[in-house]
Amino acid sequence: MDFLSDKAVARLREAEAPPDFSATRYILREFLARGGMGAVYLAQDQLLDRRVAIKILDAADPDGALAERLTKEARVLAQLEHPGIVPVHDAGTLPDGRVFYVMKFVEGARLDQFLAGVPFLPERLRFFLRVCEAVSFAHSRGILHRDLKPGNVMIGAFGEVLVMDWGLAKFLSTSSTENSEAATVRVASLPNAIESGEHQTAGTQDGTVMGTPGFMSPEQASAKSSDVDERSDIFSLGKLLEFTATLAANRNPIRTPRALQAICDKAAAPDAALRYGKVAALAEDVSRFLDNVPVSAYRENFLERAVRFYHRYQAAILLIAMYLLMRTLFVIYSRH
Amino acid sequence: MSPNESIVQGGGNFPPTRWSVIAAARSDDPAERTRALDVLFAAYWKPVYKYIRLKFSKPPEEAQDLTQGFFAELLERDLLSRFEPKKSRLRTYIRLCADSFVLNQIKHAGRQKRGGDAVHLALDFSAAEGELHAQAIDPASIPSEENFEEFFEKEWIRSLFAAAVRKFREFCASGAKTSAFNLFEAYDLAEDDPPSYAQLAQMHALSVADVTNQLAWARREFRRLAKEELRALCSTDEEFAGESRTLFGGKA
Repeated sequence: MDFLSDKAVARLREAEAPPDFSATRYILREFLARGGMGAVYLAQDQLLDRRVAIKILDAADPDGALAERLTKEARVLAQLEHPGIVPVHDAGTLPDGRVFYVMKFVEGARLDQFLAGVPFLPERLRFFLRVCEAVSFAHSRGILHRDLKPGNVMIGAFGEVLVMDWGLAKFLSTSSTENSEAATVRVASLPNAIESGEHQTAGTQDGTVMGTPGFMSPEQASAKSSDVDERSDIFSLGKLLEFTATLAANRNPIRTPRALQAICDKAAAPDAALRYGKVAALAEDVSRFLDNVPVSAYRENFLERAVRFYHRYQAAILLIAMYLLMRTLFVIYSRH
Repeated sequence: MSPNESIVQGGGNFPPTRWSVIAAARSDDPAERTRALDVLFAAYWKPVYKYIRLKFSKPPEEAQDLTQGFFAELLERDLLSRFEPKKSRLRTYIRLCADSFVLNQIKHAGRQKRGGDAVHLALDFSAAEGELHAQAIDPASIPSEENFEEFFEKEWIRSLFAAAVRKFREFCASGAKTSAFNLFEAYDLAEDDPPSYAQLAQMHALSVADVTNQLAWARREFRRLAKEELRALCSTDEEFAGESRTLFGGKA
């Protein structure tokens, strides 16, 4: 094979001998994935005799900005003790200067892969609600995720939902210096992001554009970091909800009920002021939709209300109808 | 692999050899000069040919003559001796020399055609032409007017990696490591999306851990050989460090 395809050349440029963890208690087992700034390996913790995942910086980092960001990601995760957020166990620096952190190894599938096998909308929406719980918890701790998308949600082997990759997380209470943090453009096209779960890291510029097109809020896309708040994550959740609702088992889009579409539209409104103010409000609306009660995002007409009423009280309505029918038949029969 | 065995091995980042084509091309020893030029031509003729074909929209026959003529001129006018590492990288210098040569040829189209009676290199142009056609299937791979520099860089990397792959294949064959090379070929050299490690393990009757280990070894050795190739094409440590970053990013 003398000619190397573009894909082969790209792979060879990425090909790397694994980092040397011999000075630590971890033994690398398998390369798992590569993101915008780090590679993730499956490893064995020799002390506790368990499998862990290790994320290590493997991108060019001349000014140490990425090392700082990876360390920050580990600190963010350490502060977010929640069943919906992957726990971090350890962090450190290798002799070659590369920083790493150790987290729980999650066996499972990314949300987009997982949903392809979940045919029923209510079940899919319940997974979405679990994502909302984790994000809402992070917001209550003053932390924004800023890169919510199907590739960053894992469904574990026992149905646990975990929000991953907090590399772009931002502390809400931070000062303006935080807002003008190291300017790195991290943009991934949606198909790539979903298929490979990887980001692309492009050049550097003044404004900081962080997120994934298709799931990134307009204020993130315009690099106005001062405008980014909880509602930016709510925008991404709106897009995630739409993705969750429309991705059918065969990966072909399906028609979304109007009330649910209205919830998606409100959450992902271009104007942040028109979105839900809190993740809890979005989750509440989705729960109401699941319970067949009116949602705040959609004013239904009489017919829709009647249909929803029927769906909600279907058993009772059918019982009453049956009773009335029997009663009528009985009366008719008695007269004869 | 036992639980206590690591797939990690130490390894130097710099190739042991410091032999450089530029230094050798300026040597008084004719054999050393010939060797240097062989290495240089092997690394650059395909990028130069493809560059001339696409940038100057030359038909294959004319591009072949121009490529032969360019390398002949490189020898005759001893252009390598004028290369100043402090001012540019070697590949930039060669690209600019090629630009200048082709433009000169176009300007003086009536003059004696180069490459005919001058030095003639045995180059497999049909292979290079085939590669161009294979690439043309993907419109995104055809460079626009503004990014021919990028195109040349990409082709130079492709050529350098191809040489390193050839050396790696020989290295594996001589050391009874054909299994590792086969895995490397199936995964890292796959034309399109590679199979998963699990599929590879099944195909080669190995455990996933063995596939991981062998691929890790293969990549490490490939990188070492690619860096040796690269080092030979660079005239200074600084140029090597810069080109190494171009090839492998910050992991060099």
